[in-house]
Amino acid sequence: MAMLTIKDLNVYYGVIHAIKGISFDVNQGEVIALIGANGAGKTTILHTITGLVTPKSGSIEFEGHNLLKTPAHKIVSLGMAHVPEGRRIFSELTVYENLQMGAYHRNDTPGIEETLQNVYKRFPRLEERKKQIAGTLSGGEQQMLAMGRALMSKPKIMLLDEPSMGLSPLFVTEIFNIIEEISKSGTTVLLVEQNAKKALSIADRAYVLETGKIVLSGKADDMLNNDSVKKAYLGE
Amino acid sequence: MESFIQTLINGLQTGSIFALIAIGYTMVYGIAKMINFAHGDIIMVGAYTICVLTMDTKIPVVLAIIITILVCTVVGILTERLAYKPLRKAPSLAVLITAIGVSLFLQSLALIIFGEKQRPFESIIKIPPIEFGNIVIQGVALVTFIVTIICMVVLNIFIKKTKLGRAMRAVSEDKQAAQLMGINVNKTISLTFAIGSALAAVAGILYICQYLAVKPTLGALPGIKAFVAAVLGGIGSIPGAMVGGILLGVIEALSKFYLPSELTDAIVFGVLVLVLLLKPSGLLGKKRIEKV
Repeated sequence: MAMLTIKDLNVYYGVIHAIKGISFDVNQGEVIALIGANGAGKTTILHTITGLVTPKSGSIEFEGHNLLKTPAHKIVSLGMAHVPEGRRIFSELTVYENLQMGAYHRNDTPGIEETLQNVYKRFPRLEERKKQIAGTLSGGEQQMLAMGRALMSKPKIMLLDEPSMGLSPLFVTEIFNIIEEISKSGTTVLLVEQNAKKALSIADRAYVLETGKIVLSGKADDMLNNDSVKKAYLGE
Repeated sequence: MESFIQTLINGLQTGSIFALIAIGYTMVYGIAKMINFAHGDIIMVGAYTICVLTMDTKIPVVLAIIITILVCTVVGILTERLAYKPLRKAPSLAVLITAIGVSLFLQSLALIIFGEKQRPFESIIKIPPIEFGNIVIQGVALVTFIVTIICMVVLNIFIKKTKLGRAMRAVSEDKQAAQLMGINVNKTISLTFAIGSALAAVAGILYICQYLAVKPTLGALPGIKAFVAAVLGGIGSIPGAMVGGILLGVIEALSKFYLPSELTDAIVFGVLVLVLLLKPSGLLGKKRIEKV
Protein backbone atom coordinates (compact mmCIF):
# COMPACT_ATOMS: atom_id res chain seq x y z
CA MET A 1 0.00 0.00 0.00
CA ALA A 2 1.64 3.20 -1.16
CA MET A 3 1.87 5.93 1.43
CA LEU A 4 3.28 8.54 -0.90
CA THR A 5 2.56 8.48 -4.64
CA ILE A 6 4.15 10.82 -7.15
CA LYS A 7 2.76 10.77 -10.68
CA ASP A 8 4.01 12.39 -13.89
CA LEU A 9 5.70 15.22 -12.06
CA ASN A 10 7.05 18.06 -14.21
CA VAL A 11 8.92 20.96 -12.64
CA TYR A 12 10.36 23.95 -14.44
CA TYR A 13 12.75 26.61 -13.21
CA GLY A 14 11.98 29.33 -15.73
CA VAL A 15 12.68 27.62 -19.05
CA ILE A 16 14.73 24.83 -17.53
CA HIS A 17 12.83 21.55 -17.38
CA ALA A 18 14.23 20.26 -14.09
CA ILE A 19 11.94 17.28 -13.44
CA LYS A 20 10.73 15.46 -16.53
CA GLY A 21 7.66 13.36 -15.87
CA ILE A 22 8.78 11.47 -12.80
CA SER A 23 6.58 8.88 -11.09
CA PHE A 24 7.40 6.80 -8.03
CA ASP A 25 5.92 5.65 -4.80
CA VAL A 26 6.94 5.02 -1.23
CA ASN A 27 5.30 2.32 0.87
CA GLN A 28 4.69 2.44 4.58
CA GLY A 29 7.77 1.39 6.54
CA GLU A 30 10.18 1.43 3.61
CA VAL A 31 13.49 3.19 3.23
CA ILE A 32 13.61 4.58 -0.30
CA ALA A 33 16.79 6.04 -1.72
CA LEU A 34 16.90 8.57 -4.54
CA ILE A 35 20.39 8.58 -5.92
CA GLY A 36 22.02 10.47 -8.74
CA ALA A 37 24.61 13.06 -9.57
CA ASN A 38 24.54 16.72 -8.62
CA GLY A 39 21.81 18.49 -10.55
CA ALA A 40 19.83 15.36 -11.31
CA GLY A 41 16.80 16.85 -9.57
CA LYS A 42 16.80 14.99 -6.26
CA THR A 43 16.44 18.06 -4.06
CA THR A 44 13.85 19.56 -6.40
CA ILE A 45 11.69 16.47 -5.95
CA LEU A 46 11.77 16.79 -2.16
CA HIS A 47 11.06 20.52 -2.36
CA THR A 48 8.08 19.84 -4.61
CA ILE A 49 6.71 17.21 -2.23
CA THR A 50 6.77 19.59 0.73
CA GLY A 51 5.41 22.52 -1.22
CA LEU A 52 8.48 24.73 -1.43
CA VAL A 53 8.44 24.43 -5.23
CA THR A 54 5.29 24.39 -7.37
CA PRO A 55 5.29 21.89 -10.24
CA LYS A 56 3.92 22.56 -13.69
CA SER A 57 1.98 19.31 -13.77
CA GLY A 58 1.61 15.99 -12.05
CA SER A 59 0.22 14.83 -8.76
CA ILE A 60 1.57 14.10 -5.30
CA GLU A 61 -0.62 12.18 -2.93
CA PHE A 62 0.21 11.41 0.70
CA GLU A 63 -2.18 9.19 2.64
CA GLY A 64 -5.13 10.41 0.61
CA HIS A 65 -4.14 14.10 0.79
CA ASN A 66 -3.41 16.01 -2.38
CA LEU A 67 -0.17 17.72 -1.39
CA LEU A 68 -0.27 20.09 -4.35
CA LYS A 69 -3.40 21.62 -2.85
CA THR A 70 -1.91 21.80 0.64
CA PRO A 71 0.03 24.94 1.64
CA ALA A 72 3.65 24.23 2.57
CA HIS A 73 3.13 25.12 6.22
CA LYS A 74 0.28 22.61 6.61
CA ILE A 75 2.19 19.61 5.30
CA VAL A 76 4.15 18.89 8.47
CA SER A 77 0.95 18.39 10.44
CA LEU A 78 -0.05 15.60 8.03
CA GLY A 79 2.93 13.64 9.36
CA MET A 80 5.64 14.53 6.88
CA ALA A 81 8.94 16.02 8.04
CA HIS A 82 11.57 17.34 5.67
CA VAL A 83 15.21 17.63 6.71
CA PRO A 84 16.45 19.97 4.01
CA GLU A 85 19.79 19.98 2.25
CA GLY A 86 22.40 21.95 4.16
CA ARG A 87 20.42 21.22 7.38
CA ARG A 88 18.86 24.71 7.52
CA ILE A 89 18.76 24.80 11.29
CA PHE A 90 17.91 28.16 12.85
CA SER A 91 21.46 29.17 13.67
CA GLU A 92 20.55 32.10 15.92
CA LEU A 93 18.19 30.04 18.07
CA THR A 94 19.37 27.67 20.79
CA VAL A 95 19.40 23.92 20.30
CA TYR A 96 16.36 23.65 22.57
CA GLU A 97 14.50 26.36 20.66
CA ASN A 98 15.27 24.64 17.36
CA LEU A 99 13.80 21.40 18.68
CA GLN A 100 10.71 23.28 19.89
CA MET A 101 10.29 24.72 16.41
CA GLY A 102 10.01 21.15 15.13
CA ALA A 103 6.95 20.72 17.32
CA TYR A 104 5.52 24.11 16.35
CA HIS A 105 2.29 22.69 14.91
CA ARG A 106 1.65 20.51 17.96
CA ASN A 107 -0.31 21.69 20.97
CA ASP A 108 -0.04 18.72 23.33
CA THR A 109 2.56 20.04 25.78
CA PRO A 110 3.05 16.72 27.66
CA GLY A 111 3.35 14.88 24.33
CA ILE A 112 5.93 17.38 23.08
CA GLU A 113 7.93 16.93 26.27
CA GLU A 114 7.85 13.15 25.80
CA THR A 115 9.06 13.45 22.19
CA LEU A 116 11.78 15.84 23.36
CA GLN A 117 13.04 13.28 25.86
CA ASN A 118 13.05 10.63 23.12
CA VAL A 119 15.04 12.92 20.85
CA TYR A 120 17.51 13.60 23.66
CA LYS A 121 17.81 9.85 24.21
CA ARG A 122 18.61 9.33 20.56
CA PHE A 123 20.97 12.33 20.41
CA PRO A 124 22.50 12.74 23.89
CA ARG A 125 24.81 15.38 22.49
CA LEU A 126 21.83 17.65 21.79
CA GLU A 127 20.77 17.46 25.42
CA GLU A 128 24.29 18.35 26.54
CA ARG A 129 24.18 21.38 24.29
CA LYS A 130 20.54 22.37 24.59
CA LYS A 131 21.30 25.93 25.69
CA GLN A 132 23.95 26.50 23.06
CA ILE A 133 23.28 28.72 20.03
CA ALA A 134 22.75 26.27 17.18
CA GLY A 135 25.08 28.09 14.79
CA THR A 136 28.03 27.20 17.01
CA LEU A 137 27.51 23.43 16.66
CA SER A 138 29.78 21.34 14.46
CA GLY A 139 28.48 20.12 11.09
CA GLY A 140 27.66 16.66 12.41
CA GLU A 141 25.88 18.07 15.45
CA GLN A 142 23.90 20.41 13.20
CA GLN A 143 22.81 17.42 11.13
CA MET A 144 21.70 15.69 14.32
CA LEU A 145 19.83 18.80 15.34
CA ALA A 146 18.11 19.00 11.95
CA MET A 147 17.03 15.38 12.29
CA GLY A 148 16.02 15.81 15.92
CA ARG A 149 13.99 18.87 14.93
CA ALA A 150 12.19 16.80 12.29
CA LEU A 151 11.54 14.00 14.78
CA MET A 152 9.90 16.54 17.12
CA SER A 153 6.96 16.63 14.72
CA LYS A 154 6.43 12.87 15.24
CA PRO A 155 6.53 12.21 11.50
CA LYS A 156 5.10 9.19 9.73
CA ILE A 157 7.54 9.85 6.91
CA MET A 158 10.85 11.66 6.96
CA LEU A 159 12.39 13.23 3.87
CA LEU A 160 16.15 13.43 4.28
CA ASP A 161 18.17 15.50 1.83
CA GLU A 162 21.90 14.70 1.71
CA PRO A 163 22.24 14.00 5.44
CA SER A 164 25.88 12.96 5.04
CA MET A 165 26.98 16.04 3.10
CA GLY A 166 30.15 17.64 4.43
CA LEU A 167 30.52 15.26 7.36
CA SER A 168 33.57 13.33 8.49
CA PRO A 169 33.45 9.57 7.74
CA LEU A 170 32.85 8.83 11.40
CA PHE A 171 29.81 11.08 11.51
CA VAL A 172 28.55 9.68 8.19
CA THR A 173 28.46 6.19 9.70
CA GLU A 174 26.73 7.52 12.80
CA ILE A 175 24.11 9.40 10.80
CA PHE A 176 23.32 6.31 8.71
CA ASN A 177 23.03 4.21 11.86
CA ILE A 178 20.55 6.74 13.19
CA ILE A 179 18.55 6.67 9.95
CA GLU A 180 18.32 2.89 10.27
CA GLU A 181 17.14 3.25 13.87
CA ILE A 182 14.53 5.81 12.86
CA SER A 183 13.31 3.43 10.19
CA LYS A 184 13.18 0.52 12.64
CA SER A 185 11.08 2.56 15.03
CA GLY A 186 8.41 2.72 12.35
CA THR A 187 9.06 5.91 10.42
CA THR A 188 9.11 5.67 6.65
CA VAL A 189 12.20 7.25 5.09
CA LEU A 190 12.73 8.91 1.74
CA LEU A 191 16.45 9.49 1.43
CA VAL A 192 18.27 11.62 -1.11
CA GLU A 193 21.99 10.94 -1.19
CA GLN A 194 25.09 11.39 -3.25
CA ASN A 195 26.78 8.77 -1.13
CA ALA A 196 25.07 6.02 -3.13
CA LYS A 197 26.87 3.12 -1.48
CA LYS A 198 25.78 4.10 2.02
CA ALA A 199 22.27 4.95 0.87
CA LEU A 200 21.80 1.64 -0.94
CA SER A 201 23.18 -0.28 2.02
CA ILE A 202 20.29 0.82 4.23
CA ALA A 203 17.54 1.25 1.61
CA ASP A 204 14.85 -1.25 0.63
CA ARG A 205 14.34 0.16 -2.84
CA ALA A 206 16.03 2.86 -4.86
CA TYR A 207 15.50 5.12 -7.84
CA VAL A 208 18.38 6.41 -9.93
CA LEU A 209 17.94 9.89 -11.34
CA GLU A 210 19.69 11.43 -14.30
CA THR A 211 18.93 14.98 -15.49
CA GLY A 212 15.39 14.98 -14.19
CA LYS A 213 14.40 11.45 -15.19
CA ILE A 214 14.31 8.12 -13.41
CA VAL A 215 16.64 5.88 -15.38
CA LEU A 216 16.63 2.87 -13.09
CA SER A 217 14.59 1.55 -10.21
CA GLY A 218 14.53 -1.58 -8.16
CA LYS A 219 15.61 -3.28 -5.00
CA ALA A 220 18.57 -1.62 -3.32
CA ASP A 221 20.44 -4.94 -3.02
CA ASP A 222 20.14 -5.57 -6.75
CA MET A 223 21.43 -2.08 -7.48
CA LEU A 224 24.49 -2.63 -5.37
CA ASN A 225 25.31 -5.47 -7.77
CA ASN A 226 24.24 -3.71 -10.95
CA ASP A 227 27.24 -3.09 -13.21
CA SER A 228 26.18 0.27 -14.58
CA VAL A 229 25.26 1.55 -11.13
CA LYS A 230 28.58 0.30 -9.81
CA LYS A 231 30.43 2.13 -12.54
CA ALA A 232 28.51 5.39 -12.39
CA TYR A 233 27.71 5.80 -8.70
CA LEU A 234 29.70 3.43 -6.57
CA GLY A 235 33.09 4.23 -8.00
CA GLU A 236 33.96 0.62 -8.68
CA MET B 1 26.75 70.53 34.18
CA GLU B 2 23.07 71.09 34.89
CA SER B 3 22.39 72.19 31.36
CA PHE B 4 24.24 69.13 30.12
CA ILE B 5 22.03 66.83 32.20
CA GLN B 6 18.94 68.72 31.10
CA THR B 7 20.00 68.29 27.47
CA LEU B 8 20.62 64.61 28.10
CA ILE B 9 17.11 64.20 29.50
CA ASN B 10 15.62 65.95 26.48
CA GLY B 11 17.70 63.69 24.26
CA LEU B 12 16.48 60.60 26.06
CA GLN B 13 12.92 61.72 25.51
CA THR B 14 13.18 62.13 21.74
CA GLY B 15 15.47 59.11 21.69
CA SER B 16 12.77 56.96 23.30
CA ILE B 17 10.35 57.95 20.56
CA PHE B 18 12.96 57.23 17.88
CA ALA B 19 13.56 53.86 19.48
CA LEU B 20 9.86 52.94 19.42
CA ILE B 21 9.67 53.84 15.74
CA ALA B 22 13.01 52.23 14.88
CA ILE B 23 11.81 48.89 16.27
CA GLY B 24 9.12 48.84 13.58
CA TYR B 25 11.67 49.45 10.82
CA THR B 26 14.04 46.85 12.11
CA MET B 27 11.45 44.13 12.76
CA VAL B 28 9.94 44.52 9.32
CA TYR B 29 13.40 44.47 7.78
CA GLY B 30 14.28 41.35 9.75
CA ILE B 31 11.21 39.46 8.55
CA ALA B 32 10.38 40.88 5.12
CA LYS B 33 13.85 42.16 4.16
CA MET B 34 12.42 45.51 3.14
CA ILE B 35 12.59 49.08 4.41
CA ASN B 36 9.03 50.20 4.99
CA PHE B 37 9.36 53.91 4.28
CA ALA B 38 5.66 54.36 5.02
CA HIS B 39 6.35 53.45 8.64
CA GLY B 40 6.81 57.10 9.64
CA ASP B 41 3.37 57.94 8.30
CA ILE B 42 1.79 55.42 10.65
CA ILE B 43 2.90 57.84 13.38
CA MET B 44 0.94 60.57 11.62
CA VAL B 45 -2.12 58.29 11.38
CA GLY B 46 -1.81 57.66 15.11
CA ALA B 47 -1.37 61.36 15.86
CA TYR B 48 -4.48 62.37 13.88
CA THR B 49 -6.53 59.55 15.38
CA ILE B 50 -5.72 60.49 18.98
CA CYS B 51 -6.18 64.18 18.15
CA VAL B 52 -9.65 63.67 16.66
CA LEU B 53 -10.71 61.25 19.37
CA THR B 54 -9.65 63.35 22.33
CA MET B 55 -10.55 66.78 20.97
CA ASP B 56 -13.66 66.15 18.84
CA THR B 57 -15.29 63.41 20.88
CA LYS B 58 -15.85 62.95 24.55
CA ILE B 59 -14.61 59.40 24.89
CA PRO B 60 -12.28 58.57 27.78
CA VAL B 61 -8.55 59.02 27.09
CA VAL B 62 -7.70 55.38 27.76
CA LEU B 63 -10.27 54.26 25.22
CA ALA B 64 -8.93 56.82 22.74
CA ILE B 65 -5.42 55.41 23.17
CA ILE B 66 -6.63 51.86 22.61
CA ILE B 67 -8.57 52.85 19.49
CA THR B 68 -5.53 54.74 18.17
CA ILE B 69 -3.31 51.70 18.59
CA LEU B 70 -5.94 49.52 16.89
CA VAL B 71 -6.33 51.94 13.97
CA CYS B 72 -2.57 52.03 13.37
CA THR B 73 -2.32 48.25 13.65
CA VAL B 74 -5.05 47.79 11.07
CA VAL B 75 -3.51 50.38 8.73
CA GLY B 76 -0.14 48.62 9.10
CA ILE B 77 -1.58 45.20 8.32
CA LEU B 78 -3.59 46.57 5.40
CA THR B 79 -0.59 48.30 3.80
CA GLU B 80 1.32 45.03 3.98
CA ARG B 81 -1.56 42.99 2.56
CA LEU B 82 -2.49 45.39 -0.23
CA ALA B 83 0.82 46.96 -1.20
CA TYR B 84 3.71 44.69 -0.20
CA LYS B 85 2.36 41.14 -0.21
CA PRO B 86 1.76 41.10 -3.99
CA LEU B 87 5.45 42.03 -4.35
CA ARG B 88 6.85 39.21 -2.21
CA LYS B 89 8.87 37.90 -5.15
CA ALA B 90 9.50 41.24 -6.86
CA PRO B 91 12.92 42.95 -6.98
CA SER B 92 13.65 45.02 -3.89
CA LEU B 93 13.63 48.26 -5.87
CA ALA B 94 9.96 47.71 -6.73
CA VAL B 95 9.17 47.21 -3.05
CA LEU B 96 11.12 50.33 -2.09
CA ILE B 97 9.27 52.48 -4.64
CA THR B 98 5.97 51.03 -3.47
CA ALA B 99 6.83 51.89 0.13
CA ILE B 100 7.49 55.51 -0.87
CA GLY B 101 4.19 55.41 -2.77
CA VAL B 102 2.33 54.20 0.31
CA SER B 103 3.94 56.98 2.32
CA LEU B 104 2.78 59.64 -0.17
CA PHE B 105 -0.65 58.02 -0.30
CA LEU B 106 -1.12 58.20 3.47
CA GLN B 107 0.11 61.81 3.58
CA SER B 108 -2.20 62.83 0.73
CA LEU B 109 -5.12 61.07 2.35
CA ALA B 110 -4.54 63.06 5.54
CA LEU B 111 -4.25 66.21 3.45
CA ILE B 112 -7.62 65.53 1.79
CA ILE B 113 -9.37 64.67 5.05
CA PHE B 114 -7.84 67.25 7.40
CA GLY B 115 -6.43 69.94 5.12
CA GLU B 116 -2.89 71.26 5.01
CA LYS B 117 -3.30 73.52 8.03
CA GLN B 118 -1.55 72.48 11.18
CA ARG B 119 -4.01 71.58 13.89
CA PRO B 120 -3.27 72.29 17.57
CA PHE B 121 -3.41 69.41 20.00
CA GLU B 122 -3.95 69.49 23.70
CA SER B 123 -1.70 67.04 25.50
CA ILE B 124 -3.42 64.10 27.15
CA ILE B 125 -0.56 63.78 29.63
CA LYS B 126 -1.28 66.06 32.55
CA ILE B 127 1.37 65.10 35.07
CA PRO B 128 3.24 67.94 36.81
CA PRO B 129 6.96 68.22 36.09
CA ILE B 130 9.48 66.89 38.57
CA GLU B 131 12.23 69.28 39.59
CA PHE B 132 15.69 68.50 40.93
CA GLY B 133 17.26 71.89 41.58
CA ASN B 134 17.40 73.48 38.15
CA ILE B 135 16.80 70.24 36.29
CA VAL B 136 13.22 69.74 35.19
CA ILE B 137 11.75 66.49 33.96
CA GLN B 138 8.49 67.28 32.21
CA GLY B 139 5.50 64.99 32.79
CA VAL B 140 5.52 64.09 29.10
CA ALA B 141 9.18 63.09 29.30
CA LEU B 142 8.56 60.94 32.34
CA VAL B 143 5.61 59.17 30.72
CA THR B 144 7.64 58.73 27.53
CA PHE B 145 10.46 57.00 29.43
CA ILE B 146 8.15 54.72 31.36
CA VAL B 147 5.99 53.77 28.38
CA THR B 148 9.05 53.09 26.23
CA ILE B 149 10.64 50.89 28.88
CA ILE B 150 7.41 48.93 29.32
CA CYS B 151 7.03 48.47 25.55
CA MET B 152 10.61 47.24 25.22
CA VAL B 153 10.43 44.82 28.13
CA VAL B 154 7.13 43.36 26.90
CA LEU B 155 8.43 43.09 23.34
CA ASN B 156 11.62 41.38 24.51
CA ILE B 157 9.69 38.84 26.54
CA PHE B 158 7.37 38.22 23.60
CA ILE B 159 10.23 37.68 21.13
CA LYS B 160 12.40 35.61 23.45
CA LYS B 161 9.94 33.56 25.45
CA THR B 162 6.78 32.94 23.47
CA LYS B 163 6.08 30.43 20.75
CA LEU B 164 5.02 33.18 18.33
CA GLY B 165 8.15 35.18 19.11
CA ARG B 166 10.26 32.13 18.41
CA ALA B 167 8.39 31.65 15.13
CA MET B 168 9.16 35.25 14.18
CA ARG B 169 12.84 34.72 14.78
CA ALA B 170 12.74 31.50 12.76
CA VAL B 171 10.98 33.23 9.84
CA SER B 172 13.46 36.09 9.87
CA GLU B 173 16.29 33.59 9.58
CA ASP B 174 14.95 31.12 7.03
CA LYS B 175 11.44 31.38 5.56
CA GLN B 176 11.48 28.02 3.80
CA ALA B 177 12.76 26.11 6.81
CA ALA B 178 10.16 27.92 8.92
CA GLN B 179 7.42 26.73 6.56
CA LEU B 180 8.68 23.18 6.92
CA MET B 181 8.11 23.57 10.66
CA GLY B 182 4.48 24.46 9.98
CA ILE B 183 4.82 28.21 10.44
CA ASN B 184 2.49 30.32 8.32
CA VAL B 185 4.96 32.87 6.95
CA ASN B 186 2.30 35.29 5.70
CA LYS B 187 0.65 35.42 9.11
CA THR B 188 4.02 35.98 10.76
CA ILE B 189 4.72 38.90 8.43
CA SER B 190 1.30 40.39 9.22
CA LEU B 191 2.01 40.03 12.92
CA THR B 192 5.31 41.85 12.49
CA PHE B 193 3.63 44.76 10.74
CA ALA B 194 0.97 44.77 13.44
CA ILE B 195 3.50 45.01 16.27
CA GLY B 196 5.58 47.63 14.47
CA SER B 197 2.50 49.74 13.76
CA ALA B 198 1.19 49.44 17.31
CA LEU B 199 4.52 50.74 18.59
CA ALA B 200 4.39 53.53 15.99
CA ALA B 201 0.95 54.46 17.34
CA VAL B 202 2.39 54.74 20.83
CA ALA B 203 5.28 56.78 19.44
CA GLY B 204 2.82 59.03 17.59
CA ILE B 205 0.83 59.73 20.73
CA LEU B 206 3.97 60.51 22.75
CA TYR B 207 5.32 62.63 19.91
CA ILE B 208 2.36 64.98 19.64
CA CYS B 209 2.06 65.23 23.41
CA GLN B 210 5.47 66.85 23.12
CA TYR B 211 4.90 68.96 19.97
CA LEU B 212 1.21 69.71 20.54
CA ALA B 213 0.20 69.95 16.88
CA VAL B 214 -0.66 67.63 13.99
CA LYS B 215 -0.13 68.02 10.25
CA PRO B 216 -0.08 65.55 7.33
CA THR B 217 3.71 65.48 7.05
CA LEU B 218 4.24 65.07 10.77
CA GLY B 219 5.56 61.52 10.49
CA ALA B 220 8.14 62.14 7.80
CA LEU B 221 11.02 63.58 9.81
CA PRO B 222 10.81 61.39 12.94
CA GLY B 223 10.24 58.46 10.59
CA ILE B 224 13.39 59.04 8.61
CA LYS B 225 15.40 59.78 11.76
CA ALA B 226 14.19 56.55 13.32
CA PHE B 227 15.35 54.81 10.17
CA VAL B 228 18.80 56.33 10.77
CA ALA B 229 18.57 55.06 14.34
CA ALA B 230 17.73 51.55 13.13
CA VAL B 231 20.74 51.58 10.79
CA LEU B 232 22.94 52.97 13.56
CA GLY B 233 21.92 50.15 15.89
CA GLY B 234 22.15 47.55 13.14
CA ILE B 235 19.14 47.03 10.90
CA GLY B 236 17.39 43.78 11.74
CA SER B 237 18.46 43.87 15.39
CA ILE B 238 15.77 44.79 17.94
CA PRO B 239 18.19 45.67 20.77
CA GLY B 240 20.09 47.62 18.11
CA ALA B 241 17.01 49.69 17.32
CA MET B 242 16.51 50.46 20.99
CA VAL B 243 20.13 51.51 21.53
CA GLY B 244 20.33 53.32 18.18
CA GLY B 245 17.14 55.28 18.88
CA ILE B 246 18.21 56.46 22.31
CA LEU B 247 21.71 57.27 21.10
CA LEU B 248 20.46 59.26 18.13
CA GLY B 249 18.09 61.24 20.35
CA VAL B 250 20.96 62.14 22.64
CA ILE B 251 23.22 63.06 19.72
CA GLU B 252 20.47 65.26 18.33
CA ALA B 253 19.83 67.02 21.64
CA LEU B 254 23.52 67.61 22.32
CA SER B 255 24.17 69.03 18.88
CA LYS B 256 21.08 71.23 19.19
CA PHE B 257 22.43 72.58 22.45
CA TYR B 258 26.11 73.02 21.67
CA LEU B 259 26.01 73.78 17.95
CA PRO B 260 23.93 76.12 15.80
CA SER B 261 20.52 74.48 15.63
CA GLU B 262 20.43 74.63 11.82
CA LEU B 263 23.12 71.97 11.89
CA THR B 264 21.07 69.47 13.91
CA ASP B 265 19.51 67.58 11.02
CA ALA B 266 22.79 67.61 9.11
CA ILE B 267 24.47 65.97 12.10
CA VAL B 268 21.74 63.36 12.48
CA PHE B 269 22.00 62.37 8.82
CA GLY B 270 25.77 62.66 9.03
CA VAL B 271 25.54 59.82 11.54
CA LEU B 272 23.88 57.71 8.82
CA VAL B 273 26.69 58.49 6.39
CA LEU B 274 29.33 57.66 9.01
CA VAL B 275 27.70 54.36 9.98
CA LEU B 276 27.36 53.31 6.35
CA LEU B 277 31.00 54.20 5.73
CA LEU B 278 32.56 52.77 8.88
CA LYS B 279 30.30 49.98 10.11
CA PRO B 280 27.45 49.21 7.72
CA SER B 281 26.22 46.40 9.96
CA GLY B 282 25.59 48.95 12.74
CA LEU B 283 26.46 48.83 16.42
CA LEU B 284 24.68 45.60 17.32
CA GLY B 285 23.99 44.21 13.86
CA LYS B 286 25.34 40.89 12.75
CA LYS B 287 27.68 40.62 9.86
CA ARG B 288 25.70 38.68 7.36
CA ILE B 289 27.41 36.41 4.94
CA GLU B 290 25.13 36.46 1.95
CA LYS B 291 24.91 33.04 0.39
CA VAL B 292 24.63 33.04 -3.37
